[in-house]
Amino acid sequence: MEKQVTDKTSENAGSSKGKNIIQLKGIIKRFYIGQPNELEILHGIDLNVKEGEFVSIVGASGSGKTTLMNIIGVLDRPTEGEYMLDGVDVSKAKDKELSGIRNQKIGFVFQTYNLISRTTALRNVELPMMYAGVGKKERQERAKYYLEMVGMQDRMTHKPDELSGGQKQRVSIARAMTNNPSIILADEPTGALDSRTGRKIMDIFHQLNQKEGKTIVLITHSNELAEETQRIITLKDGEIIGERKGSAVC
Amino acid sequence: MLIGENILLALSGLLANKMRALLTMLGIIIGIASVIAIMSVGNSISTSVTSSMEALGVNNITLGVSQKSTEDTVTSDGRVFAGISRGSEMSDDDYITDEMLEAMKEEFAGSVDSVLLSESAGSGTAEDGSLTANVAVTGVNEAYLEYEDLALLAGRTLTERDQENAKNVVLVSDKLADSLFGGDYDAAIGSEVKIYISNRYYTYAIVGVYEYDDSSFSTESDDNVTTTVYLPLEAARQQNHSSTGYSQLTIVTAAGVDSASLCDELETWFNNRYYHSNDSFEVTASSMESMVSSMTDMLSTVSIAISVIAGISLLVGGIGVMNIMLVSITERTREIGTRKALGAANSSIRLQFITESIVICLTGGFIGIILGLLLAAAATNLLGYAASPSVGGIVFSVAFSILIGVFFGYYPANKAAKMNPIEALRYE
Ligand SMILES: Nc1ncnc2c1ncn2[C@@H]1O[C@H](COP(=O)(O)OP(=O)(O)OP(=O)(O)O)[C@@H](O)[C@H]1O
Ligand SMILES: [Mg+2]
Repeated sequence: MEKQVTDKTSENAGSSKGKNIIQLKGIIKRFYIGQPNELEILHGIDLNVKEGEFVSIVGASGSGKTTLMNIIGVLDRPTEGEYMLDGVDVSKAKDKELSGIRNQKIGFVFQTYNLISRTTALRNVELPMMYAGVGKKERQERAKYYLEMVGMQDRMTHKPDELSGGQKQRVSIARAMTNNPSIILADEPTGALDSRTGRKIMDIFHQLNQKEGKTIVLITHSNELAEETQRIITLKDGEIIGERKGSAVC
Repeated sequence: MLIGENILLALSGLLANKMRALLTMLGIIIGIASVIAIMSVGNSISTSVTSSMEALGVNNITLGVSQKSTEDTVTSDGRVFAGISRGSEMSDDDYITDEMLEAMKEEFAGSVDSVLLSESAGSGTAEDGSLTANVAVTGVNEAYLEYEDLALLAGRTLTERDQENAKNVVLVSDKLADSLFGGDYDAAIGSEVKIYISNRYYTYAIVGVYEYDDSSFSTESDDNVTTTVYLPLEAARQQNHSSTGYSQLTIVTAAGVDSASLCDELETWFNNRYYHSNDSFEVTASSMESMVSSMTDMLSTVSIAISVIAGISLLVGGIGVMNIMLVSITERTREIGTRKALGAANSSIRLQFITESIVICLTGGFIGIILGLLLAAAATNLLGYAASPSVGGIVFSVAFSILIGVFFGYYPANKAAKMNPIEALRYE
C-alpha cells in the first residue's frame, strides 16, 4: 500500500506540466428543461485542469460552483457540451460506467461531510472500497492507513455524531482517498469550520497535492484559502469571468 | 460480499429503532404466529385424536336409526317440494329390535364380535340427606360392561341374572361412594341409593363400586363431576317404559374385519330386510374410522379458514413493511446520494434495501415462529394433547417471510436505486 503511494509521489509531485485530466468544452446546464420555468445555470464553461494541479473555484453564492462541480464529478450530466475525463468522453457514458468512475477516479469531500451516521468512522472510510469489491481485510488495512494519514487513528471506532466538525471532515477526506482516485473534488470543505480547524484541513489538501500528486478542485468562499492554490477561477452567473495564478508553487 | 455487510447494516438499523421495527413487523409476526400455531395445534390434535380413537377401537361400528330424506317431489305445475325429513316421531315399529339383532348376529356371525347396548335413564343427583353427587344413570347390557372393562374396587359387577330379572341394582363410581359414604366402599355395597331424576326419586341397590377414570377430561371441578351409574339394561328400559327396541347401538367387530365395508353391508342388510317398507326411517352405520377421517376433514377446513386470515394479516404486514421502507428511504435520501457519490451502482442500492426488507420480514418471521410455537404449546396443553410442532409450517414461514420481503421491498428499493444523485444530495 505504502509503496504504491510513494510511487505516485515520485511521478507527480508538484507537477502541473502533465496532460489535462479534466477537459470541459462549452458546458451548458439547464434545469426544468421544457417547462415554462426553464433555467440556464451554466452558460458554456470551458475549463481544463492538468493532472496534479490544485485549482480553486470562487464566486458568489448561486453562481453555479456546485453545479459545475457536480458535472466535473460525473454526479450530473451537462445539458450540452463535451467532457473528457482522463481521456474518456463521459458525456455519453451509461449510469453504471459513471458510478464506476466516481468510485475509482474521484474522491468527494462535502461541506456537510455526509458521513453515514449509524456506523463508525472506519466503516465510513471502507464504504468506497466495498463498492469497489475490495476484500474485508485489505479494506480495513487501507481504511486505517488513510485515517492515520489524516490524524484520526484514535477515533476510528467512533460514530460521526461523536466527532467534531473538523474530525468529521478529516474522516471524509480519508474516505475520499481510499480508492486512490486521481481527482479530489472538495465543495467548501472548510465552510462549516472555524479558521483554525479550516487551516488544518487545508494543510491536508496541500499534503495530498504535493506528496500524493492528487489533482484537487476546491470550491471556497475564502479568498485567503483560494490564494494558496495554484490557480484561481472566478465564476459569476454561470460564466468564468477570471482566472489567475495563486501563490502555490507549480 | 455486499450481502453480509447489508445484513449487518439492516440489523443495526432495526436495533437503532426497536419500537418502530416491532410495529412494522407486527402484521408479519401475527400472520406467521397464527400459521405456526394452527399448523402445530392441528398437527397435535390429529395425531393424538387418531391414536386415541384407535385405542378406543376404530373398528367399532355405530348403528343408528335415522330419518330418511325423501325424494324431491315435483307437482304438475312445476313447483318443487324439497325432499326434507318430515319431522315425524319414531313409533314402536321404527326401532331396532332384539329379534333383528339376533338375526344379524347369525347372519354376520364371523364379523360381529359383540353388540353393546345402552339406554340412558336420565341424569340427576344421588342424595343422602345433605350429601349429593352428580350422576348419569345408564342401562347397559353385559357385553357393554365387559367392553368398558371397569376396575371394580368393591362388590361385584352386574350379572346375567340381574339383566334377566331387570333388577334395580347398580354399579357406582368411587367418587359417588366418596361423597355419599365417606369413602367406605364396603358400607356402600348393599346400601340403597336414592337418585333424583326429573322430579322423581328412584331407589337402587348398590352391588359394586368401580374406579372412575380421570383421564377422560372434564371441565367441571373434581367435586361435582358427573359419574355414571350402571344399571341393567332391562331395568333402565322398564324405568323409561320403552321396551320396543334401540335407536342406537355399538357393534364390536371381530379382529381383522374391515369396518368400513362391514358398515355398508350392515346398512344394506338392515334396510333391505326390515326398513324396506318404512317411509320415514332407515338404519345407518358408521365406524370410528369414518369419524376419524371426518374429524381430520373438519380440522383441515378450520385450518384453511384460519390460514386465509393469516394470509390477510401477512398481506397487511407486507404492506406495512413496504410503507416503512418508503419512509426509511425518504429519511435516508442524503445517505443514498452520498453512497452514489462514492460510487455505489444502482444495483448495489437496490440490493441494500431489498436485503433490509428481507431482514425485517425474516426477523418478524422468527418472532412469529417462536410466538406461534408458544401459543401452540399453550393450546395443546390446555386441550390435553401432546405438542407436536409442524416442521413444514416452520419451513414454509421462513420461505414466505423472505418472499414477502422481496415482494414488498422491491418497489421501495427500486425507487431508492433510481434516485438522482444530486437531488438526493441536495435533499434537506
Ligand atoms: N437541481 C436543481 N434544480 C433547480 N435549480 C438548481 C438545481 N441545482 C442548482 N440550481 C440552481 O442553480 C443555481 C446555482 O446553484 P449552485 O448550487 O451551483 O450555486 P453555488 O455557486 O454552489 O452557491 P453556494 O456558494 O451558495 O453553494 C442556483 O440558483 C440554484 O438555485
Ligand atoms: Mg455550492
